[in-house]
Amino acid sequence: MIPTVASPTLITVDQVSKHFPLPDGKGEFTVLSGVNLTVRSGEVIALLGRSGSGKSTLLRIMAGLIPPSQGQVLSNAKPLRGANNNVAMVFQSFALLPWLTVQENVELGLEARGMKREERHQRALKAIDIVGLDGFESAYPKELSGGMKQRVGFARAFVLEPEVLFMDEPFSALDVLTSENLRGEIDDLWNAHTFPSKSILIVTHNIEEAVFLADRVVILGANPGRIRGEVVIDLPRPHDRTHPRFASLVDYIYTVMTNPEIEVSGQPAVAVAPTPPVLSPYARPLPHVRVGGISGLLELIVDQPQGGDDISRLAERLQLEVDDLLPILDAAVLLDFAQVSQGDVCLTAIGQDFATTTILRSKDLFRQQSLNHVPVLSSILHTLREKPSGSMRADFFLDLWDEHFPHEEAERQFATAIDWGRYAELFEYDASEDRLYLPATPEAS
Amino acid sequence: MKTFPSPEVLRRLSFGLADVAVILGTLLLLAIIARLGAGALVSFKPPEVVPAIDLNPANLPYYAGRSTLRMFTALACSTLFTLIYGYIAAHSRRAERVMIPLLDILQSVPVLGFLSITVTGFIALFPGSLLGLEAASIFAIFTSQVWNMTFSFYQSLRTIPKELEEAATLYQLSYWQRFIKLQIPAATIGLLWNAMMSFGGGWFFVAASEAISVLNQNYTLPGLGSYVATAIAAEDLPSLGWAVVAIGVVILLVDQLFWRPLIAWSDKFRMEQSASATIAESWVYDLLTTARVPRLVSIALTPLSDAGNGLLSRLTPLRAQADMGGGQRRGSDRLYTLALLVIISLLVAWILHFILTTVGPLEVLKTFGLGTLTLLRVVTLLIIATLVWTPVGVAIGFNPQLARTLQPLVQFLASFPANFIFPFATLFFIRTHISIEWGSIVLMALGSQWYILFNSIAGAQSIPTDLREMASDMGLKGWRRWQRLIIPGIFSAWVTGGITASGGAWNASIVSEIVAWGASTLTATGLGTYIANATAVGDWPRITLGISMMSLFVVGLNRLLWRQLYQLAETKYHL
Repeated sequence: MIPTVASPTLITVDQVSKHFPLPDGKGEFTVLSGVNLTVRSGEVIALLGRSGSGKSTLLRIMAGLIPPSQGQVLSNAKPLRGANNNVAMVFQSFALLPWLTVQENVELGLEARGMKREERHQRALKAIDIVGLDGFESAYPKELSGGMKQRVGFARAFVLEPEVLFMDEPFSALDVLTSENLRGEIDDLWNAHTFPSKSILIVTHNIEEAVFLADRVVILGANPGRIRGEVVIDLPRPHDRTHPRFASLVDYIYTVMTNPEIEVSGQPAVAVAPTPPVLSPYARPLPHVRVGGISGLLELIVDQPQGGDDISRLAERLQLEVDDLLPILDAAVLLDFAQVSQGDVCLTAIGQDFATTTILRSKDLFRQQSLNHVPVLSSILHTLREKPSGSMRADFFLDLWDEHFPHEEAERQFATAIDWGRYAELFEYDASEDRLYLPATPEAS
Repeated sequence: MKTFPSPEVLRRLSFGLADVAVILGTLLLLAIIARLGAGALVSFKPPEVVPAIDLNPANLPYYAGRSTLRMFTALACSTLFTLIYGYIAAHSRRAERVMIPLLDILQSVPVLGFLSITVTGFIALFPGSLLGLEAASIFAIFTSQVWNMTFSFYQSLRTIPKELEEAATLYQLSYWQRFIKLQIPAATIGLLWNAMMSFGGGWFFVAASEAISVLNQNYTLPGLGSYVATAIAAEDLPSLGWAVVAIGVVILLVDQLFWRPLIAWSDKFRMEQSASATIAESWVYDLLTTARVPRLVSIALTPLSDAGNGLLSRLTPLRAQADMGGGQRRGSDRLYTLALLVIISLLVAWILHFILTTVGPLEVLKTFGLGTLTLLRVVTLLIIATLVWTPVGVAIGFNPQLARTLQPLVQFLASFPANFIFPFATLFFIRTHISIEWGSIVLMALGSQWYILFNSIAGAQSIPTDLREMASDMGLKGWRRWQRLIIPGIFSAWVTGGITASGGAWNASIVSEIVAWGASTLTATGLGTYIANATAVGDWPRITLGISMMSLFVVGLNRLLWRQLYQLAETKYHL
C-alpha cells in the first residue's frame, strides 16, 4: 500500500533543529539541523541512521516529548505543544510499570483519559487479544519473556488507537528469533488492514528491518543529524526477502550508510570525492571501537576467498547490527586498513598484513597508521613531547574535546583515544592520577 | 495465576478464621491507640505540674505504648515531609540547588542539640497541656529519621528510567496519576528500607527526649525513656532490667507486625523486570492476603478511590513545558546564584557576629579544642570497632548458614537503643573506677559499632565465590589474603558502615560524655558535654556555638574523609 500524495498529511516536521548547550558555556552541540519530514496516512516510514544521527531525538520531538530549538511540528495541521495526543509509542526497553499487571499496564493510557472502569476493561481485553496475550491479563511483567513484554507494549499503544504508531527500535532488545517472529506479526497486522493506526513511524538501525517493514526509508546522517534523503521501497507488500530487488535495496542502503559523503538519490550513484573541511583534531570524532574489535573483524574478512566481503552478508553472518558493525568498519577505513565501496569491504595491503601478522608487528603497524591517519593521537603525542616531564593532566585533553562535544561524548572520545594510544604504545594513562605519560624509553641493553 | 505465594497452611484455613483474626486485630489496634492517645491529651500545666513516673513494672506496657505511639507519629510526619520535600527538590531545578545541600547540612547537625530550642518553642505553642512536650519529643524523633528518608525518595525520583517517564508523558498521565502510578511505586522499596533503618535509630532519640532538663526545668513525658531516667535517679537496677526487656519486646513486635508485612508487600515494586530469587516472608502479610475482609473492604472503597483519583487528576492536568531560550535561562540562573550567595553570606555573617559579640573568639577556640577531643574519641571508636568487628563480620559473611541465623540478631542489636544500656555501663565505670574520658568511647560505641559489623557481613557476602576460590588456589593466606582480597572486597561496604557509625557516634556524644547514676554524675571533657551543659542552663550563645562547631566537624569530616573514601570505593574497589 503505497500512499499517493493525495493521502492526508498527519504530521509535518518543518525546519526542525535541536541544540544542546555544551558544558561551561562553550557554545552549543547540534543534534538535529534543518529537518523536514511529513508522515501521511497509510504509510510505514522507517527512520534509519547510525548512532549520533539524532533519529531518536527526532522521534521524541515529533512525539512532543522534547521541544525543538527551532522550527515546528504540525500534528493534524496544528502546531504541537506538549505531548502529541495523536501518537502512541512502543519503546525499546518496553517501559512497562513492573508493579502493574498486564491488564493495568494496557489500561494506563485509557485511565489517564478518564475513561470509565468497565469500558477501559473491555477495550484492554480486546487489545490484549490482538497481540495474542489472552490468559496473561493478570500476570506481572516480570513473569513474562522479553517478546511477551513487548507484546504488552504494543497492546498498550494499540488500545489508544493512535493515528500514528511510533516505534523506537522495538525489536532490538529481543533475541533474533523472537524479534523475527514479532516483526512478522506486526507486518501481517498492517498488511491485513486491521491495524489500529493509520501510519507507522519506526526508528531503527537495522537495514533489513527497515526495508522489510517500510514503504519509505528515511536516511539520517550524523554530525550534525540531518536527513540525507529517502529510499522508496517499491515492492509489493508483504516485502519478499528473496526478491532480487530486496537484496539490491539493502545493498544500496549499506553503500549509502558506509559513505557519509554520497548523495542519497534512491538509486545507486557514483561517490563524490570528499573535501573534508580543516578541523581541529579534537573536532573529528573517533569511532568508538576497541582495537581488538578492529583486528577481529579484519581477521574474519581476510579469511574470505576473495579477501573481501559484502557488508550485508557480513552483518548477517556475524549477527551484528549496523550500530555495532559500521563503527568498526569506519575505524578500519580511517586507519587505512580497509576500503569500502558499493556495499563491499576489502582490505588494503597494510590491512592484510595487520590481520595476519604477530602481535608485536601488528602493534607497530597500528602505531604507524594511527600517527599517519588519526590527527588527534599525533596531537596528544605532540603535546606530551613538548612537556619537559613528558606528562600531562587528562583534564587538559578532555577540555579540548569538551569544546566540540557534549561532556559524555567527550569522555567517550577520550576513552577511545586512550585505548588506541595504549595499544599503539604511543602514551600511557594512569587512571588513579588521571595523567597521560610518554612511555618510559626501554633501557638500552 | 498465583502471584503471591502464601503458605498452604493458611490457604487451608476456612476463610472465617483468618478473617476473625484480622477483624479482632484491627479492633485491638484501634482500642490501644485510643487508650494511649487519650493519655497525651490529659491537661497538665508544665512545668509546674508534670506527670510522675511509677517504677512498678506493671506500668511498662502503657509506657512502652506511649513511646511507640510517638515513634509512629514521627514516622507519619517524616513520610509526609519526605514526599513533599523530595518531590519539590526533584522537580524544580532551582529549588534543588538549595534543598539538597541544605538536607546535607541538616543531616550533619546533632539532633539532640536541637531539643532545647524546640522544647521551649513547642511549649509556647500548646499552653496548658503536655502536647507541647509531646510535640517536642516527636520532633526530635522526626529530625533523626527524616533526612535519610528524604534523600532516598529524592534519589529514587531522579533515577526513574527515562523511558518510563516518557511513556507516562506520552500516555497523558496527569501529575497526580504520575505520582501514584509511577513515582511512589518506584520509590517504595528504597523508602521503606530507609524508614525501617531510621525507625530503628529513632528509639535512641525517644529515650533521650522524654526526660530532659532544658533551661533549668525538668520535663518528663510518660514513656520508656522517662521510666529509665527515673530508675537511674532512684538507682533501681531491677526496674532498668525490666525496661530493657520491654524495649526488646517492643522492637520485635513492631518488626513482626509492621515492617515485615510491609517489606513482603513491597516486593512487587521491584524495578527489575525478572522475578526475584528470594521473597521476603511475613505471616501477618499472609494472613491479610488470605482473609477476605481486606479484599471486600478494598472493593467497597473502589468507587470512592476512583472518584478521588479522578478529581485529583483533573486538578493536576499535564502541562506542556516551554523551551526557554538558552541565553535567557543562563542569565536568570546567574542572578539566582548571586542571590543565593548573598543570602548565605549574610546568614554566616549574622551567626559569626552573634557568636563573637556574645562569647568572644576565645570561646570559639575552646570549643574547637573540645571538638578535637570528641573527634579523637570518634576516631578511636571507629578504629577499635573496625579491628574487632570486621574479622567477625567477614567470618560470618563467608559462612552463609551463620549469616542467615545471625543477621536478624545484628539488625536487632543495631536498632536497640544504646542509652538503655548506659546506666549499666555507668555503674560499671563507677565500681571499677574507669575514667569517663575513656568510658565515653565505650558508650558511644554501644550504639554505633553494629553498623560496622553488619556492613562487614554484607561486604563479605558480596565477594564472589570465584574470587575466594581463586585466592585459595593461589595459596593466599593470612594477612596477604586480607590485603589482596578481603580488604578491597569489603571496602565499599565498610565505608557505608563507617559513615553511619561516625554520624551516630557524634550524635551519641551529647548523651555519652555526661552520664549520671543516682546522685553522682560523670563528666568527660568534650564538645558533647559542652552542648549538654549549655542546653541544661539555657545559654543560647553557647548552644548555638556548640551545635555550629559540631556540625562543622561532621560536615568537614564528611567532605575531607568520607567523600574521598567513597569515591575511591566507587571507582577502584567496585565489585
